[in-house]
Amino acid sequence: MEGTAVQRRLTWLAATVAEVTEETPRARTLSLAAPGWPGHRAGQHLEVRLTAEDGYQASREYSIASAPGEPVAITVERLDDGEVSPYLTGEIRVGDELEVRGPIGGYFVWEPADGGPLMLIAGGSGVVPLRAILRHRQRSGSAVPARLLYSSRTVDDVIYAAELGQPSAGQEVTLTLTRQQPPGWSGRRGRVDGAMLRETGWPAADGPIAYVCGPTSFVETVAAGLTGLGYPAERVKTERFGATGGP
Amino acid sequence: MEDVDGNAIGGLLHDVFGADMTMATGVCRTCATASLVAEFAVYRRAPGVVVRCPACSSVSMVMVRKRGMTCTDLTGLSDLR
Repeated sequence: MEGTAVQRRLTWLAATVAEVTEETPRARTLSLAAPGWPGHRAGQHLEVRLTAEDGYQASREYSIASAPGEPVAITVERLDDGEVSPYLTGEIRVGDELEVRGPIGGYFVWEPADGGPLMLIAGGSGVVPLRAILRHRQRSGSAVPARLLYSSRTVDDVIYAAELGQPSAGQEVTLTLTRQQPPGWSGRRGRVDGAMLRETGWPAADGPIAYVCGPTSFVETVAAGLTGLGYPAERVKTERFGATGGP
Repeated sequence: MEDVDGNAIGGLLHDVFGADMTMATGVCRTCATASLVAEFAVYRRAPGVVVRCPACSSVSMVMVRKRGMTCTDLTGLSDLR
């Protein structure tokens, strides 16, 4: 395939949890030591496989939360009826082992050469691959300006809150809280709509490239809003996940 | 499990085709719309994975994994490259 330097099989690698960061009461970031990891691009996925004592295996794909060049990390949100996420968000400890393979995907990926300005729009844990893009932008010294519009249910559900609260140069973060706002909240409230996109996003005339990640209905609404503002469809990259519910 | 898109089955597709397929283009046999595989609608509620055209929702691909084998039905596509 174009864009893939070397065709290769995806092979499972043994990985060890090197660091656990509690992001919210329901989400945590696992930084992994994965010898042999071939590296990744900002926005790609990996697959995690867990094996129970009786040999039963379950695997899931997750967006990679770290930038290229950083230790590979995932941020997992707990799904109460999930098979894998309760373990990854609850029981797993530093030093525990799991298997990973990847990187996976070539579509929802940003490289500094892709330019911008960058318009990143996240619903809930859809912020994970966008955080990898923001970190890659910063670490690569890219001069492309970036805006993140992040829709979350409540302030307690905001993943990477501390990091996003101190944006790097050329980076702006707008939070909107859809369900509940803390007293004195001066940020935005309510769901992302056309008006909010117009007020917080780059004008289409600036030639932005947009990355939208979140639940399916969120992504559909935002993508339609962006094309309504004049963003060309091929400059709006979307990634839908259904597993974590609405923002 | 709610519906997702072709980004979410990159690993499965890699197993079947031996390469990253999310940037490949599939053409719907029903409506002839060409879309990136990443943009197809994906439903994982069934025993297998059902992939539908993002334009007309016709079934494009069905993949079922069983006993280490993946059975793949691509008859809903007229082209995939």
